[in-house]
Amino acid sequence: MSGAAAAAATQPVLAITSLRIALPQGADRALAVDGATLAVRPGQTLCIVGESGSGKSMIANAVMGLLPRPHVEPTAGAIVFEGRDLLTLTEPQLRELRGRRIGMVFQEPMTALNPVMRIGEQIGEVFDAHLDLPATEKRKRIVAALADVGLPEPELLIDSYPFRLSGGQRQRVMIACALALEPALLICDEPTTALDVTTQAQILALIRELQRRRGTAVLFITHDFGVVSEIADQVVVMQTGRVVEAGPARQVLEAPQHAYTRKLIAAIPDGSAHRDAPGDDDPTRVLQVQDLCKTYRSGNGLFKRGRVVQAAKDISFELKRGETLGLVGESGSGKSSVGRCLVGLAPFDSGRILFKGRHQAQGAAFRQQAAGKIQMVFQDPYASLNPRHRVGAAIAGGPIAQGVPRADATARALELLQLVGLGADAASRYPHEFSGGQRQRIAIARALAMQPELLVADEPVSALDVSVQAQVLDLFAQVREQFRLAMVFITHDLRVAAQMCDRIAVMQRGVVVEYGQTAQVLADPQHAYTRQLIAAVPRLASAVARDGAPIAAQATA
Amino acid sequence: MKSFWLRFGRNKGAVAGLAVLMLVTLVALVGPWLAPNDPWGMVQQPFLRPWTEPGFAMGTDTLGRDILSGVIYGARVSLLIGAVSTVAALLIGVTIGALAGYFGGWVDSGLMRFTEIFQAVPSFALAIVLVAIFQPSVDSIVAAIAIVSWPPVARLVRGEFLTLRQRDFVQAALLAGESTPRIILTQILPNAMSPIIVMASLMVATAILLESSLSFLGLGDPNQMSWGYMVGSARTVLRQAWWMALFPGLAIVLTVLALNLVGEGLNDGLNTRLNGRTR
Repeated sequence: MSGAAAAAATQPVLAITSLRIALPQGADRALAVDGATLAVRPGQTLCIVGESGSGKSMIANAVMGLLPRPHVEPTAGAIVFEGRDLLTLTEPQLRELRGRRIGMVFQEPMTALNPVMRIGEQIGEVFDAHLDLPATEKRKRIVAALADVGLPEPELLIDSYPFRLSGGQRQRVMIACALALEPALLICDEPTTALDVTTQAQILALIRELQRRRGTAVLFITHDFGVVSEIADQVVVMQTGRVVEAGPARQVLEAPQHAYTRKLIAAIPDGSAHRDAPGDDDPTRVLQVQDLCKTYRSGNGLFKRGRVVQAAKDISFELKRGETLGLVGESGSGKSSVGRCLVGLAPFDSGRILFKGRHQAQGAAFRQQAAGKIQMVFQDPYASLNPRHRVGAAIAGGPIAQGVPRADATARALELLQLVGLGADAASRYPHEFSGGQRQRIAIARALAMQPELLVADEPVSALDVSVQAQVLDLFAQVREQFRLAMVFITHDLRVAAQMCDRIAVMQRGVVVEYGQTAQVLADPQHAYTRQLIAAVPRLASAVARDGAPIAAQATA
Repeated sequence: MKSFWLRFGRNKGAVAGLAVLMLVTLVALVGPWLAPNDPWGMVQQPFLRPWTEPGFAMGTDTLGRDILSGVIYGARVSLLIGAVSTVAALLIGVTIGALAGYFGGWVDSGLMRFTEIFQAVPSFALAIVLVAIFQPSVDSIVAAIAIVSWPPVARLVRGEFLTLRQRDFVQAALLAGESTPRIILTQILPNAMSPIIVMASLMVATAILLESSLSFLGLGDPNQMSWGYMVGSARTVLRQAWWMALFPGLAIVLTVLALNLVGEGLNDGLNTRLNGRTR
């Protein structure tokens, strides 16, 4: 802990008072941040919570002096860091502070590291910018920094390139970078949003542990109240640029005052099983999967053997009408590969897929046999709609291709838009005019237009804000009942799976390690991996019952 | 569309280029009514300097032909050859690139090796050989230019298709049972249009230069007055009659420059974040 921070233990490290940040004309509101006031004390974590667009990242960027000036300009207020107003400092003065006194960790670990620089060089840059160290001393400190964030074999890692590291490991490197010079303040902008639940739990534990050891103040930005409950001491809730609620974490989480906070907390899937198994004795199986195997070969060349990855091994399950199966697992567990095999977008090696009792061929013939009755909702709502097609045409396109008269298809598209809660006037607009949640609704309408019997949803809500997530999940539940769809719901989030699914299959490295009724799997997990997944889920309760035991840094991140 | 013109207009060079281009196009369209003389007719004494005789602002050449009329008629040939050969090259290049990028695998390998055959031969040498074999005429020149300039288009389109076909909206179209030609034409191609249009505007400029180079070497259409032919015929008397090379040369420079500027402006106008994932 630095001397200055220790001396001023009660003084806030960072105090923001009535900060206002103006947006350029033509933006959807005049002020990105309107009168935000908050204070971060040494050794404490302040979480700024809000949906995307609430202005929470703007505050972080204002502290770092990273606002795209002059388009986005702080117009009023002060950001006092260690007795100096950051808004009045010049660029060289700010540069002196960045890295040395304030560190920052970004959301996307996959792009935050320079792919052509060795890990050691990237951390070394921080030292080069602020200190003049001899090479051996620098190397020693880089190794120490890497070891500090729980990375395995730092001596070897220092000379490797980022592509060798997983997302969680990269985020650890970013944290090592940010903390290399022991700054008084660490800003984390959604550092775990792009990570798996288990990795997220490890990273959060790491941040807490480093903070406890060094007394760093942490400004933590997130949209997930589950994460808040894991890490926050103080909470600031933001809505459209305004602070609507602030206070100690326990108080805000247990007795939220503002309606918006209550809405955000209520939107968190609580991880308990909601669904009663449909009391429906329809014996027809919509989908039967028997011993499905799928391997990927990469880098196969003329002279070398490629790497073989087993994405699915002996997967078997059945699905009746109106039933939902959850495929749960971390990224790389093969759940998406199985999903793509089910809809016929990827070939499989062996095994059988029977749709309505009929054996499905491979490839294009698979899709022809299915005749559009197997549909998929994709993860990224920004990539799943053609930016050049109007929404109405995008929805009607499928039925038209199947031979439905154009007028009928268009009329049906309008109906469906209404059904998913968008209104018929959406049909003549382009996808870029819609938000992520609205686009996902359009994607659902497009899938429904084919009158499918099986719907495969591949992480359909993981790119969405929590409250939007809840609405989209409700829509899924609604259309499932209405059309008696069989659904395969692929997700990494056990909470979501618990809410949506009748049965859950937990996948790890291409193998289903646990399969059973949702309530049973959650209440009485048999496999160690399932228990690990359940333990990693951030829970509101954990803020109350958080114990202070240091967490062993896990090298598997 | 409105925002396109806004962004295009922000690039001042592109606006100037567009103005020049429109002027050249106008000259090409109404040229025969505008030109004071027949470009092939010997209407004055040879080697007349510019501005010495009224009506002969650019002087005359070795045979006493009016250079101003030649430049005006030349615009027509240059633009025609530039535009038509570009369209032809786009047809070949987009088709091959789209097929290679969409189907991948051995189709891709086969088509790309075929493309590389053309890229391995120096394009100008190939154009000379083609024109020489097929007799110089507007048709053969257009064909030759198209044949040597499609490979970069094919490569560009292939690259675009390779990434676009992985996008989820294409997968969704596959699931809906849309036919392959329909997916290529309505789902992927519109999203690949911006870079193609930008490239096309630059290709028109290259085609004009190629045609001029061919004419300079005496491989132009003997029945058409073109800028390249005029520069070529001035070569032997460059030291006595600078104006014979200067004015058609200037016309080439201005038109090509204008096309390049417009291409850059199109790039600004079309390559927005609108094309892809915007919020």
